[in-house]
Amino acid sequence: MKKTVFLGALTVAGLAAGAAAAGTLDDVKARGKLNCGVTTGLVGFAAPDANGEWHGFDVAVCRAMAAAILGDPKAVEFVPTTGKTRFTALASGEVDVLARNTTWTLSRDVDLKFTFVGVNYYDGQGFMVPKALGVSSAKELDGATVCIQTGTTTELNLADYFRKNNISYEPVPIETNAEGQQQYLAGACDTYTTDASGLAATRATFENPADHVVLPEIVSKEPLGPLVRHGDDEWGDVARWTLNALIAAEELGITSANVKEMASAAGNNPEINRLLGTEGNLGEMLGLSADWAVNAISAGGNYGEIFARNIGENTPIGLSRGLNAQWTDGGLLYSPPFR
Amino acid sequence: MATVSDPPKEAFRLSQLIYDTRYRSMTIQIVALIGFLVLIGWLISNTAQNLADLGKEPSFQFMGEAAGYDINQRLIDYNNQDSHLRAAFVGILNTLLVAVMGCATATILGVIIGVLRLSKNWLVGRLMTVYVEIFRNVPVLLWIVFIMAILIETLPAPRDFRGDDPVASMKLFDTVAITNRGVYIPDPLFGADAKDDKGAFLDEPVGWRVGLGDYPVGASRDNPSCERYYATEGPGAGEPAAGCGTFQISLDLLLALAVLIAGLYASHRIKRRADRIQNATGVRPVTWYLRLGVVILPFAITLWALGFYFAFPELRGFNFQGGTHMRNSLIALWLALSLYTAAFIAEIVRAGILAISHGQTEAASALGLRPKRIMNLVILPQALRVIIPPLISNYLNLTKNSSLAIAVGYMDITGTLMGITLNQTGRELETVLLGMLIYLTISLIISAVMNWYNNSVKLVER
Repeated sequence: MKKTVFLGALTVAGLAAGAAAAGTLDDVKARGKLNCGVTTGLVGFAAPDANGEWHGFDVAVCRAMAAAILGDPKAVEFVPTTGKTRFTALASGEVDVLARNTTWTLSRDVDLKFTFVGVNYYDGQGFMVPKALGVSSAKELDGATVCIQTGTTTELNLADYFRKNNISYEPVPIETNAEGQQQYLAGACDTYTTDASGLAATRATFENPADHVVLPEIVSKEPLGPLVRHGDDEWGDVARWTLNALIAAEELGITSANVKEMASAAGNNPEINRLLGTEGNLGEMLGLSADWAVNAISAGGNYGEIFARNIGENTPIGLSRGLNAQWTDGGLLYSPPFR
Repeated sequence: MATVSDPPKEAFRLSQLIYDTRYRSMTIQIVALIGFLVLIGWLISNTAQNLADLGKEPSFQFMGEAAGYDINQRLIDYNNQDSHLRAAFVGILNTLLVAVMGCATATILGVIIGVLRLSKNWLVGRLMTVYVEIFRNVPVLLWIVFIMAILIETLPAPRDFRGDDPVASMKLFDTVAITNRGVYIPDPLFGADAKDDKGAFLDEPVGWRVGLGDYPVGASRDNPSCERYYATEGPGAGEPAAGCGTFQISLDLLLALAVLIAGLYASHRIKRRADRIQNATGVRPVTWYLRLGVVILPFAITLWALGFYFAFPELRGFNFQGGTHMRNSLIALWLALSLYTAAFIAEIVRAGILAISHGQTEAASALGLRPKRIMNLVILPQALRVIIPPLISNYLNLTKNSSLAIAVGYMDITGTLMGITLNQTGRELETVLLGMLIYLTISLIISAVMNWYNNSVKLVER
């Protein structure tokens, strides 16, 4: 009798442990909400508007994922993270996916045990200086005071770059982009360094953006992308293929305007049919509904639309596509086939 | 014959552990202890198991790897190729620096404000009350950020010092530069520290007053930075370069300090002799010039012989170069922690003084003591007994509050080991545990020193 009770308790404990270890995908479905880690506020990439609603390039990835999984692009809980807290937030399960312009590096992938599901922005580290300083190259920055966000790869790139060029500098570590902006504008540092896209976004919020220049040197490769925890490959697949769906949609000419129409009946392009679920069972393989990609694309449009709306040339941030054009246009965006 | 015998010994029964009051409390304690140990064991094994599942077994190997990041304020040589361990040491020294500076300033301010708050002058008393209430009722983090913002926004940038008609100029006969990147003050140096503009040692030392130089502790022939130290000829031979040895001790400074201490001791002996003569004859010999001379003359001669000079800051390139750079992150943190803690110390001092009965003051003045001497000889020594124990807590608080340094980018132990190192290596558990251990050690040392001081001032009962 006593033994039975003990065994019963063990079984219950085992079941509870099993449930807790179930996939992130099931957790998100059960919760009805996707927890998404974003920056504390970088205009164009992730920033709340006057109504407290988050907008931006990274935010769009989360919204597309929520739409693909739950059918509702608004079912996202945004968790602002700093450069220092982001990995702990992801590793501890506080967020399901981190879309916070995070650089894909070997040590983060292998040592920190994260899976980067792709690249949504190919970036590089640059320097911004006031025009009045009269500096035209980063190599002229010998002895300069450099504002830098701590806990980022830019911190290590900066040390490498100045060591390589045998020039000295004085780092001023700061915690958030807003503090960096304040110190830079007050002249407490000569130059502010971070990813070139971030510099453009920061400069766009200045009173006189024309008084500041981004130096031509790009001192590092910064492939930015969303990431998930190691060990849950099904969840990683969902994130990876949602991002790929957005990229493939642009290549295949699917936009938020025509996606409903194209998905209503099978067309004559088999890849579009497979992507939009009118042919084959790709959604089922991922553990999602057949119209997952339709939902993801209608959430904010394809990659090109998201880019143009948040950070493109017609926005105050004004980034050109450059490396982030489709491979067919000479860029690096290249989605594996949907087959 | 004795008829009384011991009562028969009852055999111990197991049920006594619960029903017998003699054993019950012990039983409960042992059960509670076992439960507590099981809980701790479960927590540890759970953590170890989960970390193993994640493939992150605790390991401290990362401490030996190159850190890869730079630190602006460092009291010992450090560059980005040094290990995480050394970066952590730089952080510890920065923590200790701001803690010591903060405790000293907070104590001085606190004692003055605490005494003034008891002033009979209505305005002074009220002003001090306002100070105490303002500073202790606003979180210290806000004070740190606020002072930093003032320093950054109101002070001139280095570029304002440039040009024919500069907006800002250096203070105190062009020796001190106050900028929004910090304050540059003259740097006291010895002849051996003389270097050219690029920071290299001069080929020919200027004059003969080159001083003793630095002694590198832990220098080895394998270390390429120490090449020159072991060389017998060539420029700068016998001088350790930056990065040679674990740290370097300035022999010049040690010698100067030794001479100064010897001078002070001699001065003390002269005072004792004067006391003896006064006690014996009633006439005190005039000794102030002797006492002053015995301290200052040897010290000044030593400094001169060692080639002592000041390096003044001057604007070169983007920043002021030369001189000691007190970064505004340090100034903001130091001021905020001192002002905040001073408010608490002021209250402690006031309580300590009020705890001494007024009769003591009256008795002392009846003996003919002047008010200043009453305070110094009668009131404060007794008040110290009340003041010291809570003062210890405030020193500990100040030290722990210094971990807010990252708010202004001051690289203390929280910023280096538990900040950048944690982030670049992803070793949360190890770094935070180490950090806690370091704070614990620092706090225990402060407690031990202050308790020793407390014992020395406490009432000696016979």
